[in-house]
Amino acid sequence: MVTNIVLAILATSLATYTSRFLGVMTSKKMRENSKIFKWFNCLAYSTLSALLVRIIIFPAGALSDASYLSRVTVVLFCLFIFFIFKRNFVYPTVTSAIMMALLSEHL
Amino acid sequence: MININYFLKGFFCIKSVNSPAIALAAGFIAIGALFKSIGLNIQESIFSTFLTYAMPGSLIMAESLIVGASLLNIFFAVWLVNARLYPMTVSLFPLLTHKSQPRLKYYLACHFVAVSAWLIMKENYKSVERKYRLDYWIGVGASNLSVAVLATIFGFFIADYLSKDMMIGLAIVNPVYFTCVMVGAMKTIQMSLAVILGSLFGILFYFISPEWCILFSGLTAGTLAFFVGELNGN
Repeated sequence: MVTNIVLAILATSLATYTSRFLGVMTSKKMRENSKIFKWFNCLAYSTLSALLVRIIIFPAGALSDASYLSRVTVVLFCLFIFFIFKRNFVYPTVTSAIMMALLSEHL
Repeated sequence: MININYFLKGFFCIKSVNSPAIALAAGFIAIGALFKSIGLNIQESIFSTFLTYAMPGSLIMAESLIVGASLLNIFFAVWLVNARLYPMTVSLFPLLTHKSQPRLKYYLACHFVAVSAWLIMKENYKSVERKYRLDYWIGVGASNLSVAVLATIFGFFIADYLSKDMMIGLAIVNPVYFTCVMVGAMKTIQMSLAVILGSLFGILFYFISPEWCILFSGLTAGTLAFFVGELNGN
């Protein structure tokens, strides 16, 4: 490995904290019922949504070893469980791990 | 300094039925195992999760270390993928401000901005007296960060016992949990459009620029959702 690990961790932390720090600065005078606040709320949800799609459809790390079909099947099935069990979060999350581990070999 | 009652109230949110604890732990167990496999020691792994506390950023760092990327490359790659924290912070902190709280506390408390804690706070802020919302938020953030650090340690030590399939199983938990939360948040036209358009544009922009797709799609979809929502009374 070429890069020093501690310096890489510091660079990662700094890059992450920068967005949080700038967020606090920007929000200083903002009122919660203003239009700009609502706009930022939409931006936050859209950005998160885009990130989730990227993780599920174009993953990096361990998930990239599973097929596209298996990933999408697990997510859709777990959403189905989420609605069946009256929006309980525990069932879909536990099911997803078991289902993904089983399906990754076969789909 | 900090109201301990509200801090603890926020801290123990992690025990609720809708808590992100399972998803968060699964994700960071996978991160801990990944850190060990690329050669980080236990101190560096803890240090990384404690200071960064953002899963996609940690993943990018690990991958960059594997390919031997430069520090500048790591900085920009992580900044791009974690830039979502900017609109998240802007859309949360105005809900927490109170004149009695010192400014420095906000700059320290913003370290806890991450999807899991942010979603808990967005759901619960109305039930907390405005004066103590920041203390409550620090409690929520501290419990989530504790789960993340403990899961990283656990993942690091069980790395040798995790098969490839188990790693894949752990890695899907977090996105599934957040997909459910996002779908659950679609209560108005504005929110529904923000989520749906965000995912559609996320796919579309990936083919144009994989590095910038999250930011571009967030900006385009969020702005469109805002205007359509405003025209339709939210």
